[in-house]
This record gives sequence, C-alpha cells and structure tokens, in this order.
Amino acid sequence: MNVSYFPGCTLKNKAKDLDLYARKCAEVLGVNLEEIEEWQCCGGVFTTSTDEVATKLSSVRALKEAQKKSQPLVTVCSACHNVIKQTNHAMATNEGFANKVNRYMAEDAYDGSTQVLHYLELLRDVVGFDKIKEKVVNPLKGQKIAAYYGCLLLRPNGVMKMDDPENPKIMEDFIRAIGAEPVYYAYRNECCGGYVTMESPELAKKSSNRVIECAKNGGAEKIVTACPLCRYNLMKSGSDVEIIYFTELLAEALGVKEACND
Amino acid sequence: MTKNMNDLREELIRMSGCKPSKCMSCGKCSATCPAYSEMEYHPHQFAGMIQRGEIEPLLESESIYRCLTCFACVDRCPRDVQPAKLIEAVRLVAIREQGKNRLKADQVPGMLDNDIPQQAIVSAFRKYSK
Repeated sequence: MNVSYFPGCTLKNKAKDLDLYARKCAEVLGVNLEEIEEWQCCGGVFTTSTDEVATKLSSVRALKEAQKKSQPLVTVCSACHNVIKQTNHAMATNEGFANKVNRYMAEDAYDGSTQVLHYLELLRDVVGFDKIKEKVVNPLKGQKIAAYYGCLLLRPNGVMKMDDPENPKIMEDFIRAIGAEPVYYAYRNECCGGYVTMESPELAKKSSNRVIECAKNGGAEKIVTACPLCRYNLMKSGSDVEIIYFTELLAEALGVKEACND
Repeated sequence: MTKNMNDLREELIRMSGCKPSKCMSCGKCSATCPAYSEMEYHPHQFAGMIQRGEIEPLLESESIYRCLTCFACVDRCPRDVQPAKLIEAVRLVAIREQGKNRLKADQVPGMLDNDIPQQAIVSAFRKYSK
C-alpha cells in the first residue's frame, strides 16, 4: 500500500532515528511511505485563532499533495499530526477560513477531504496489530513499558478522534502486539511542559517529573513516546527510566533495528 | 465597561470562536491545568474576565505565556467554553502589537542545548512571536 508521508522538521534533524525506524518498519509491514515533495515545516503547534491563515498554509499544501495522489497523509511526529489534522478539520468545517486559505492556493483549492493518519493509526487500522504480532521475530517479553500519550495525540478529541482521550489504549495495544507488558498510570495523557521548556525549563521539568514518577510507581522500566519534544522534556528531568520512541521498539521487535543502524 | 473593552471582547470572541458567557465558573479547567501553579490568572478566570471586559490585566499578565496549549481544559470543560482558545486569542492580541513580540530571534541561541528538538524552537516562535 502507498501512503503520503510528512516527516516534519525534527525528524530530519534531532529525531532522525524516529523517522529511520518508521520507514524501515513500514517496509517490513508492506506499506510504502512516499515522502511529499517540497514539504514545509508545520510550525509545531496549531494556532487556534480562526483568523490565523498564513501559519496553516504549509499543512494545507501537504494535505493537497496527498489528495492529488488519492492517498492518506501519514505522520509519525505527534506535533505534525496534531497541526495537520486540526488544519484539515478547519478546512472541512469552517467555510470562511477555507475561502481565505484557498485564495493562496490558486488552482490548487483544497476541501479538507484527505484522510490524516498517525503512524500508530496506520499500524492499528491499516496494517492491524494482529498482523504485526505475526511479523514479530523478537518479542519484547517481560519488558514493562509505559505508554506516554502526552497531549497532542489525543486532544482536542473532537478533532483527533484517535482514541478515548481519557482512557486510551492504542499505545498499550501496540505494546502488547510487540510482546511487552503495558504499564497503566494516571499521567499518561498529561502534558510534559511542551514548548514552554524554551523559556521556562523549570515548568517543563515539574510537569515531566510528575509523568515519570507516576510511570515509575506503576513499575515502568521504559517510557515510550511518539513526540520528540515529549522525549526531550522527559529526558531533561534526569530520570534513570529509558525514554524511547515507539518506532525503535517496533524495529527491535521486527528484527530490523540493527539494519537501520548500518 | 468602556467602548474599547467592549470591542476587544467581541474581537476575542470572534478570534477564538468561543462563548465565554457559557462559563459557569466550575473551575474544572483550572483544576486540570498543568500550568495552574505558574499562573496569576487561571483558565476559568480568563472566561469570566473576558466576559466582564476586564481584559487589560490579562494582556499584561505572564499567564498568557504559561499556557501549554495541551487542550486539557478544552476537552474537560462541561460547557465547551474551550479556555485555551480564549487564552490564545488574548496572547495574539498582545503580541500582534508592533514591537511586542515575546520571543525575539536573537534570544534563541541562548535557550538551546545540544538535544533540544527543532520542534521546540518553531513551536515557541509560533506561540510567542508574530
């Protein structure tokens, strides 16, 4: 199956491994990630104000490229996913906003009809966790892994519609599919401190510590995330728990981790 | 309420697409806010103060730069007031004024370490600068 792929700025720089493992695993699972040509950074955060137009154009252009190929648009980074999905929703539901955007799009007018998928949704809904289970050659048996959703994967739920925002299970089901044991804990869908880490590292540290302590109390040996900024903030808190991208664990379970690092 | 503040209130309502008048001050948004302890004015207060036209103190407050836009208040509000969108509208009104950018490019190098993801830099810029 061919899908359009939007890697985003961080996956080309500080989170190259998140991208690399995602591509390799997709190959193994029979999905071809076609990187969109000339994509531009999504901006990292969705500006909720309805009169912000220019800040959303890069997402609309990416969505339009996917539409031209009649493909869903897949992202791995939680932030890109959040921005692009919220932009898509605004294009589909807010006519005034869509009209303003389409004045910039010339002959490429866009209507919000592209399907936006996070890589986790690709695994669950397109590939299927059962199929992944069959492909696992190196099950991560006995590992106690805490899923960290943070805020961007699930909220706002009216738009993201990925999972139950207060009792999600997509990452726990993923953890089970690769043979490990999920750890449930209260702070798995609370914020790590996000971009505020730039000017207030102490606020981010406080938020991240709450998450890590809670996961540790549940017996977590590793915390798994899909977001480079979550990973950074959790790592900065200086805990001894390993903070790891979900694609790295998937690559390990599928037996292709070494091949990615050659 | 002065005419000016009345206009500004309508502007914030238009920008955010929210209805602060629906707020019943239950405080659930503030209770769930991860930045609560860092804020002078809390999410439920934004709704009430905007509704009453008490907007000047919000524009001047550090609270508008403490919101993490994590949407916890948006999803958990029983009245669909969506406080994060109100806070964002106030912040935009503040930084759209000439010379009022919160974050300037020459400050960025001093905020970086070797591990910080590009995502943090672009996100902060989008939130704090126009």
